[in-house]
Amino acid sequence: EKTRNKITKSLSDVLSFGRKIDEDLLDELEEVLISDDLGYETTMKLIEELRESYKNKEIETSEQIIPFLKEKIKNYWPQRDRELAKSDSGPTVVLVAGVNGSGKTTSIAKLGFNLSSAGHKVVVAACDTFRAAAVDQLSIWSERIGVEIIKHKQGADPAAVAYDACQAAIARDADYLIVDTAGRLHTQKHLMKELEKIKAVTSKKIPGSPHEVILVVDGTTGQNAIAQAKEFTGAIDVTGIFLAKLDGSARGGIVIAIKDKLDIPVKFVGLGEKPEDIAEFEPEEFVEALFS
Amino acid sequence: MFESLTDRFNSVFKSLSGRGRITESNISDAMREVRKALLEADVNYQVAKQFCKDVREAALGAEVVQSLKPGQVLIKIVQDELTKLMGPEGSDIYYVSPGPTVIMLAGLQGCGKTTTAAKLANYVRSEGKKPQMVAVDLQRPAAIEQLRTLGEQIDVPVYCEESKDSVKVAKNGLKDAKKNDADVVILDTAGRLHVDQELMDEVSNVAKATSPHQIYLVCDSMTGQDAVNSAKEFNERLELDGVILTKLDGDARGGAALSVKAVTGKPIKFAGVGEKIEDLQKFHPDRMAGRILGMGDVVSLVEKA
Ligand SMILES: Nc1nc2c(ncn2[C@@H]2O[C@H](COP(=O)(O)OP(=O)(O)OP(=O)(O)O)[C@@H](O)[C@H]2O)c(=O)[nH]1
Ligand SMILES: Nc1nc2c(ncn2[C@@H]2O[C@H](COP(=O)(O)OP(=O)(O)OP(=O)(O)O)[C@@H](O)[C@H]2O)c(=O)[nH]1
Ligand SMILES: [Mg+2]
Ligand SMILES: [Mg+2]
Repeated sequence: EKTRNKITKSLSDVLSFGRKIDEDLLDELEEVLISDDLGYETTMKLIEELRESYKNKEIETSEQIIPFLKEKIKNYWPQRDRELAKSDSGPTVVLVAGVNGSGKTTSIAKLGFNLSSAGHKVVVAACDTFRAAAVDQLSIWSERIGVEIIKHKQGADPAAVAYDACQAAIARDADYLIVDTAGRLHTQKHLMKELEKIKAVTSKKIPGSPHEVILVVDGTTGQNAIAQAKEFTGAIDVTGIFLAKLDGSARGGIVIAIKDKLDIPVKFVGLGEKPEDIAEFEPEEFVEALFS
Repeated sequence: MFESLTDRFNSVFKSLSGRGRITESNISDAMREVRKALLEADVNYQVAKQFCKDVREAALGAEVVQSLKPGQVLIKIVQDELTKLMGPEGSDIYYVSPGPTVIMLAGLQGCGKTTTAAKLANYVRSEGKKPQMVAVDLQRPAAIEQLRTLGEQIDVPVYCEESKDSVKVAKNGLKDAKKNDADVVILDTAGRLHVDQELMDEVSNVAKATSPHQIYLVCDSMTGQDAVNSAKEFNERLELDGVILTKLDGDARGGAALSVKAVTGKPIKFAGVGEKIEDLQKFHPDRMAGRILGMGDVVSLVEKA
């Protein structure tokens, strides 16, 4: 049972029937978009586009605003963006990274569960050897969802775990190898280097890999997610975002700014703490929720 | 990524200082920059709006006394107001006697509760107290193991039991702490969304059963606009005593600090600045103000102006 006891306004509150399009309305629209974490710049850009279209008489009434914005935002994400890459032969390697506590390990459990339910053979690699009980956490998940885990002791070299995991994935003829990594802030240079090293190991063991590099972004994150996306991409070429924790009242509008500025697509969303609480990213639904 | 506010202020204030006084018209440009800076720092829209309104009034009042360098006056007002709003400074933990003092941590998933529990335990011990931790998170896989590992690292006992009943575990943990003569008991609770009624009921039941002397909301400094909604709900359900801001070692501007302070009115006690046990600091409102504004060292800027 969820409540929507929010301080922040929603767009449907603002766009009452027959309301005139004027500066007041645009101000309120600005509030809604900013409250959804789209950020100042992206919000201003959308409002400017709206203002233009109004001037050019492409839209005339306030009822047209939501469809207008929906169309604009939805077009940010073409279908091809959302598919998970697949290797031509051998295991598809999915490297998962992100800042501390964003939801990486849980999202891996969800993704692993999703893929194995679809009949694929999945192996997970416990490359977070740093955080207390991180290995235990992934071990419990691997048992629950019934996939194999490759792990070393806490404190081991994560690149060595990645190496073993690649070898195991090949030996077991796995379809997917999903690599969990320790949470790290994008500002920590040495930890970003460590991530590059993990990536280099998989590329070497399984040429062409990693096929996907997923950045897990906490859906409640604000503008800092832009810096996260930028720095992680700079280090390991992020191919897609897993937007976690969208089951709360935050809308995750930051991914619009990320798409706008860095052109990184969203692949999945996380909607709870259970393995089945995962969905492919649907721009329609996402935008719908943004304005509900 | 962000154009620094210092640069923007400088150009706005350059045009201001030539004119000699703060007026309705010339304050507008500057306040637009302030508002933009706050929004880019994730200060909630409404909170930013109210803040700008207050500063504007304060600034217009200051016009008569100080008329030579309005830019200088304004930037000082902005900084002071922000510092005031995030204060008072004070990380003192209120210990009861006879003990044990019960401290409960709560917050959204992944915000840093478990890590902070260990940091706090380490901190209270440095104040000469004997801490104990209780693993009340029965939800997250390996949550107990995580707390136990951290407890071992710092040599602080952790009470835990296999159970599904968090109220029972918390009560037993308290009993155990009394038996051990602990001065401070820290309860690590499961992460939960403020919109999840079932889990919010659970945490408030734990609070009712253990009557903590202090309940702290742990808040990730990277949180966006929604911080007001979660903080408000946690405060209503738990009557918070304070806030602990985590992950300030990154480059998040941390506007959530202002938002949370504004909606709860509760002091920000500590700042988490890393993953290691010793990475816990006292919270400094003035530094946080500079950080939110993205201006680094505001004081030297004012002196230069
Ligand atoms: N409500 C909700 N909680 C989530 C979701 N995804 C993850 N979580 C919770 O968020 C918390 C952190 O998740 P983890 O998977 O441990 O995050 P992580 O990024 O691996 O954390 P570190 O390895 O410590 O950096 C846990 O309590 C998860 O149960 C989600 O989609 N919804
Ligand atoms: N960089 C940094 N990382 C932190 C800080 N505090 C906690 N973390 C990290 O954030 C992640 C989540 O921390 P936890 O203590 O597990 O968070 P939690 O709130 O207990 O999570 P749940 O119990 O799943 O809700 C871990 O990777 C921690 O190491 C901090 O101040 N700075
Ligand atoms: Mg993890
Ligand atoms: Mg925890």
